[in-house]
Amino acid sequence: MTLAIELTGITKRFPGVVANDNVSLAVAPGEIHAVCGENGAGKSTLMKILFGMQSPDEGTMRIHGEEVRFSSPADAIERGIGMVHQHFMLAGQLTVLENVILGTEPVASLGRIDFKAAEAHLLEVGEAYGLDVDPHDLIETLEVGERQRVEIIKVLYRGAQILILDEPTAVLVPHEVDELFRNMRELKAAGETILFIDHKLEEVLQIADTITVLRQGRTVATVKPADVSTGDLAEMMVGSELPTPQTSRSTVTDKTALSIRGLTVLDEDDRPVLNDVSLEVHRGEVVGLAGVEGNGQTEFVGAIIGTEDVEAGSIRLLGEEIAHSTVRRRRNSGIGYVPQDRQEEGLLLFAPLWENAALGHQTRKPFANGRWFDRFGARERTEAIRSWFDVRTPDIEVTANSLSGGNQQKLIVGREMAAEPKVLIAAHPTRGIDIGAQAAVWDDIRAARADGMGTLLISADLEELIGLSDTIVVIHKGELTATLDPATITPRELGSYMTGSEQDDAETPDGPGPAAAPETATGPKSQGDPASGDAGEPQ
Amino acid sequence: MTDSTVTDESEEEPKVRLTRAAADSRLRQILLSAAAPLGAFVFSLIASAIVLIAAGSNPIEAAKDMLDHASKLEVQVSMINRATPLYISGVAAAIGFKMNLFNIGVEGQYRMAAIFAAFVGGAVALPSVLHIALILITAMVVGGLWGGLAGVLYTHRGVNEVIGTIMLNGVALGVIAWLVRRWQAEGNIVQVGVGTEPIDESGLLPNLNFIPELFGDLRANEELTGMLVIAIVVGVVYYLLLNRTVFGYDLRASGLNPLAARAGGVPPRKMALAAMLMSGAVGGLVGMAEIFDKTRYDPNFVGFLGFNGIAVALLGRNNPAGIAVGALLWAFLDATSDILQVTQTAPKEIIDIMRGVILLTVVIGYEVVRRVRERTESARTAARLAEATS
Repeated sequence: MTLAIELTGITKRFPGVVANDNVSLAVAPGEIHAVCGENGAGKSTLMKILFGMQSPDEGTMRIHGEEVRFSSPADAIERGIGMVHQHFMLAGQLTVLENVILGTEPVASLGRIDFKAAEAHLLEVGEAYGLDVDPHDLIETLEVGERQRVEIIKVLYRGAQILILDEPTAVLVPHEVDELFRNMRELKAAGETILFIDHKLEEVLQIADTITVLRQGRTVATVKPADVSTGDLAEMMVGSELPTPQTSRSTVTDKTALSIRGLTVLDEDDRPVLNDVSLEVHRGEVVGLAGVEGNGQTEFVGAIIGTEDVEAGSIRLLGEEIAHSTVRRRRNSGIGYVPQDRQEEGLLLFAPLWENAALGHQTRKPFANGRWFDRFGARERTEAIRSWFDVRTPDIEVTANSLSGGNQQKLIVGREMAAEPKVLIAAHPTRGIDIGAQAAVWDDIRAARADGMGTLLISADLEELIGLSDTIVVIHKGELTATLDPATITPRELGSYMTGSEQDDAETPDGPGPAAAPETATGPKSQGDPASGDAGEPQ
Repeated sequence: MTDSTVTDESEEEPKVRLTRAAADSRLRQILLSAAAPLGAFVFSLIASAIVLIAAGSNPIEAAKDMLDHASKLEVQVSMINRATPLYISGVAAAIGFKMNLFNIGVEGQYRMAAIFAAFVGGAVALPSVLHIALILITAMVVGGLWGGLAGVLYTHRGVNEVIGTIMLNGVALGVIAWLVRRWQAEGNIVQVGVGTEPIDESGLLPNLNFIPELFGDLRANEELTGMLVIAIVVGVVYYLLLNRTVFGYDLRASGLNPLAARAGGVPPRKMALAAMLMSGAVGGLVGMAEIFDKTRYDPNFVGFLGFNGIAVALLGRNNPAGIAVGALLWAFLDATSDILQVTQTAPKEIIDIMRGVILLTVVIGYEVVRRVRERTESARTAARLAEATS
């Protein structure tokens, strides 16, 4: 049988680092092949090579048995390879049809675009692969899952027989993931070959026919899902026994760290994006905020740290009213902040690490001496953060931009933790970072929790929420709709709360007293829970 | 915190190695930053030479004339006199740039400041130190207010600072023309020509002639401006403020990433307003060398120092020492362009061509350097990562 993709001995070096070291990959036609590995394991480089975005230094590529050499994605598309990037490349103001044909518009007489032919072809493709879209919908009106479908159709429209999906599930909520998998199976049935990158091992086992694991630029193993568990996979990815989070006992106290009452925030049109929200975070407690993105989480976080105007309600930090204080006042009185987008809100990308370590803490020791900025103190603290939080960098003079994502995140978490906050607002603290860094961040949060820090954790990773939180509240359309016990909830149930299909009537959202706060007997990722089973399941 | 053994291991041994690595890293950065302007200068020399040859002149002759001319003491004094206001103007622009505010308004700010300072200085009689201080402070306050006006428009009314300052430049010119005409109508300028009342001797900043006189004799009315001292103070304060104070950190952070700065507690409006006020206040000092030299504001008051300051700030990458180099280079080209006319070796306009080429190549050069630096740093970080994990 001729393989759809056969990569042998692929080596790709970047200055100072080998991204792919003699990597081999064999994908049979018509199979769903998963590529797993930590961040920096070389998955993206390998996919870029396969899609012609980068050319390998050594090694050969065969597509359907024929040796190929791509110098640009156009060559790859020519060979029937299509790629769906993690960040969608769609124009929101255009319709589905316009987006799909963008760049390959069929031309009628006088240079007009032949929309009729295009639409016919689009519907044909949609039908053949069981992908349901309305060609005339505006992209901006579509949900994330639907947009992804448009991206897939776009690739198929161009005649791709081999699809590369780069972390397709990262942006989806559980029911959308199901939909995607259904689509993937239909594509497979129609004879397409799918190669996809994924972090979530449970999903990989569910959908893949074959799994290839990369570690530090090398192929570690190619396995069948029936033969392995998520734990096996995780171990192959990390290379050693996983760091086992200690069984964490509840450290929740009855002292309130952060008390929010009747919080209302309005958007530009004076409509409430956050409506009468009340929440208590106790010292030593992690409160997880679950919700589909865009339901008011960003505004909630903004209102607490002070970048959003509070219309009504009170926010008390250890009893002190801060709802109308400046950001600096709040940060200085003990609110730590890990922003959801580290590059956008967390870092000065083109400043050295020691200046980044000061951000948010620049008016306090050791970064400041009165009104003077203490460069010595800042460097010293940065060195400390670097060793305590294992930030991998040649020195602290390099710009934040040159660090990998995981290390950037460790720097941010480090600088917040080093300031010993009373309350930490952590928005997606482990998004897009590898398992090693993820475990480190969890450990940091848990250690600080044991020291009495209250944490508000916002995360799209449901297993993280369940594993790390003492209490979970659900936000839906700007209101807290449920308070849940992470010890008993499954990701699936949580997902249906998040989409608003299930309502919690038993508990009021503003009353999770310390007594109600459940004991979380398990670490993040609910280690022993077969329903969760993510990367963190030890053997 | 993650693991105590990690702390222990990496605490002792690598410390020494790291400081050396850090020093290396900083040295490399400095060398890289110097590469861009130097390269640009060399490139612009080559480009100018080509233009000169095309125009039928001998570039070597022209260069020789310029350098010969520049070796004269009085030309050097004139160069520094020209560089001084350019430097102050460059710093004024740089303060805005550091916060991503494009203050085009130094032009209007320094003119407004100069006319008011000259007016106040001419209207009072005070002991020397007080008199001079009053004039300088008036200049800074007026410049600051004029810059602050654009700042308020920006922070409270959302008027883009580029538009705001350009408009205010126009307003400043109009106000000045009106003031001069009014004074003229009042007739208090009959004997001395149009302008403000001359400032008494007590209000004039002493010159620094003793410095060039160490090297030779100056011609009768040749002076080294005392504003040089003020310019140096401005440069030092700018450096300290920017790099050594929390305020400067806030300012730079806002410029590098306004969103992150905001989340880090930097109040964006306050900082924008402060930057415009300071930029304007420093800008107010730009015209003072001229005022002290002429003792009054007259309609022939020197123009374009504000716009040239932008070029100089760009050339010096907003760095206090870099701006000084840029200002001196600009002044050198200014001071020596005259000689080309005298000797007829090359058209005077070659100077403008050189300036244009230098600016363009420097901007390109800095971008190239930035990319090179980024690449080497990522590579080194990646190497470190590989080393640590393997």
